[in-house]
Amino acid sequence: MEIEKITSIIPEAEISQTGETVVKVPAEKLHQIAETLLNDKENPMDFLRDIVGMDWGEEGLGALYLLESTRTGARIILKAVTADREKALLPTVSDLWKTALIKEREVYDFFGICFLNHPDMRRIFLREDWIGYPMRKDYDMNSNPLRMDNEENADMTDEYFLRPDGTLEGRKNVVFGEDDFVVNIGPQHPSTHGVLRMRTSLDGENIRKIDPILGYIHRGIEKMNESLTYPQTLALTDRLDYLSAHQNRHALCMCIEKAAGIEVPERAQYIRTIMDELQRIDSHLLFYSCLVMDMGGLTPFFYGFREREMILDIFEETTGGRLIQNYNMIGGVQADIHPTFQQKVKDFIKHLRSVIQDYHNIFTSNVIADTRLKGVGVLSKEDAISLGCTGGTGRASGWANDVRKHHPYALYNKVDFKEIVYTEGDSFARYMVRMDEIMESCHIIEQLIDNIPEGEFRAKTKPIIKLPEGVFTSSVETSRGEFDVVLESHGDKVPYRLHYRSTGLPLVHAMDTVCRGAKIADLIAIGGTLDFVIPDIDR
Amino acid sequence: MEVKKSTSIRSMEYEDFKNNDYLEDMVRRLNMDGAGIVLGTVDELINWGRSNSLWSLTFGTSCCAIEFMALGAARYDMARFGFEVTRNSPRQADMIMVLGTITHKMAPVLKRLYDQMAEPKYVVAVGGCTISGGPFIKSYHVVNGIDKIIPVDVYIPGCPPRPEAFFYGMMQLQRKIKVERFLGEVNRKEKEE
Repeated sequence: MEIEKITSIIPEAEISQTGETVVKVPAEKLHQIAETLLNDKENPMDFLRDIVGMDWGEEGLGALYLLESTRTGARIILKAVTADREKALLPTVSDLWKTALIKEREVYDFFGICFLNHPDMRRIFLREDWIGYPMRKDYDMNSNPLRMDNEENADMTDEYFLRPDGTLEGRKNVVFGEDDFVVNIGPQHPSTHGVLRMRTSLDGENIRKIDPILGYIHRGIEKMNESLTYPQTLALTDRLDYLSAHQNRHALCMCIEKAAGIEVPERAQYIRTIMDELQRIDSHLLFYSCLVMDMGGLTPFFYGFREREMILDIFEETTGGRLIQNYNMIGGVQADIHPTFQQKVKDFIKHLRSVIQDYHNIFTSNVIADTRLKGVGVLSKEDAISLGCTGGTGRASGWANDVRKHHPYALYNKVDFKEIVYTEGDSFARYMVRMDEIMESCHIIEQLIDNIPEGEFRAKTKPIIKLPEGVFTSSVETSRGEFDVVLESHGDKVPYRLHYRSTGLPLVHAMDTVCRGAKIADLIAIGGTLDFVIPDIDR
Repeated sequence: MEVKKSTSIRSMEYEDFKNNDYLEDMVRRLNMDGAGIVLGTVDELINWGRSNSLWSLTFGTSCCAIEFMALGAARYDMARFGFEVTRNSPRQADMIMVLGTITHKMAPVLKRLYDQMAEPKYVVAVGGCTISGGPFIKSYHVVNGIDKIIPVDVYIPGCPPRPEAFFYGMMQLQRKIKVERFLGEVNRKEKEE
């Protein structure tokens, strides 16, 4: 349906159907089409899932735009290419979707594609004085030796636009002015959940602006993927968001299985779903522990970790790993479940149900927690969608975005569970979403744990897997939002491009919107409830 | 007279440790200059205190930091060994525990924090990434081992290491501190430079 709309505007749009449907539109018409799709009456494409930069070699540089309608769940992928490698230009869509502000900076950083009329064309992950664009295929890997001088951060940023006669013109925008009082938070800060750095400008004790600086844990996973075979790429997914290790890997396995046409045995599907949910409980327990510790309460930290260790024991028995399990494989899982797995999971859920009230008694109904979380850091539904804040953060703002419900995978269409949605959008709602999801996950596991069918736990696959040409995607709901895998294959045994949608990047981007006007003392609590993990952002 | 520096840890025998050669070497070098009776005894007392109250600067960048948090919780309880006090300011820390990958962008920050710490200071490299780059060794943005930037005292391998491995590594550091000469040694080193 969307494709017809596009072809009615530009009949020459190329449509490729290998793997996912990708509509190639001319770069100069991209903005017009994006606007039409966004402002559609019945089916507005109001959620920009991701912008994936690409280097197609001879065809040029460009990007894939993954769009989704929050009303109907319809999805579409647009492709825009610019043939000029030296002066790669694409129109910005950041005036339509706020999340493009940060996603386009990512593409600029890695590919050197300049987005016209984007107000802030700075590097985001790499040093500002980095030479070259690492994700380009012709990048020289030795061009940037380790440098030990401290990095300077510019207070001015560039914007580029085309004059009517077609010449490129630049203009300077101010990030922080002369009279801004800027406080630096991070990168080595105990409560930023990793190595996030925020330059925060203050007006008294009110926050005026937050400028996140990322990349302190950028490991270049996406570039490394391009030289690894498909089974080898799996190992790196666990290290993205280590609190969603199972789910990340599940997404990549699903994507490769879909492309290669591998049928996953029923038993493996059950195991994967149960493991995903255990991981979610694990992550939310850690969220609870860390949030309360960041706010100054130490007892809940011990509560949360007491239960978390039980999950880690269950993981360890079956998978051999505590934090990073390396369990999902292409075609199934690595090993069969431990004989005592089912009993231990049932015991754990029984135990968790008996102690969860303690969690609420000590923190949820606490007057300090109430005053520090309720009504603080409100994110509206419109902003949540425009910023692409998926997961618990979006659901706390009233945006029903659970991938398990709207695009079911594995066994989620066979189990009965509620999608937790709050409408307040404040820190407390974000906290409650996660606490309620713990119980929902228990409910899902209980429906599956006794019905694990007998049979193979892994389909037979070849050691070297070659995927057909095309673009393939898959998405899962990790502990903190929608995680997408975008894979472009050129028929080789290694991916041409393998991109992960970071669940945390939109959340960090949202910090600026959420915190404006809030007190500096609430910054850490707001960041805690947004629940981001930095290694997943930096990749 | 010969210094007999104790390299054992309570409840763990000398033979149970795997790398004892470097400690024996340290004791041998200590004995080469002869031993001080008064200073040596005071040294021993100071080192006993130092080794049992190691305050670490937490420098958690990724996965290993979560395992470090598990160490602080009730099951593994690192307070038993006296290093439960974690400091977030380098000025107050005795050692820096590098947990997780160090990237090119982070390397100057790490060096700066290390330089800010007061002597005597120690570095523990935790996890494959800090030791050698680990799974990301071929990446364009990862430092292949923090020993290229700062001197490392103890390496704890693993991805991430088990909590027991953390303890083993920390006990090695305690043993190392116990055989060090504290009084005089540090100043003399500075003069040489």
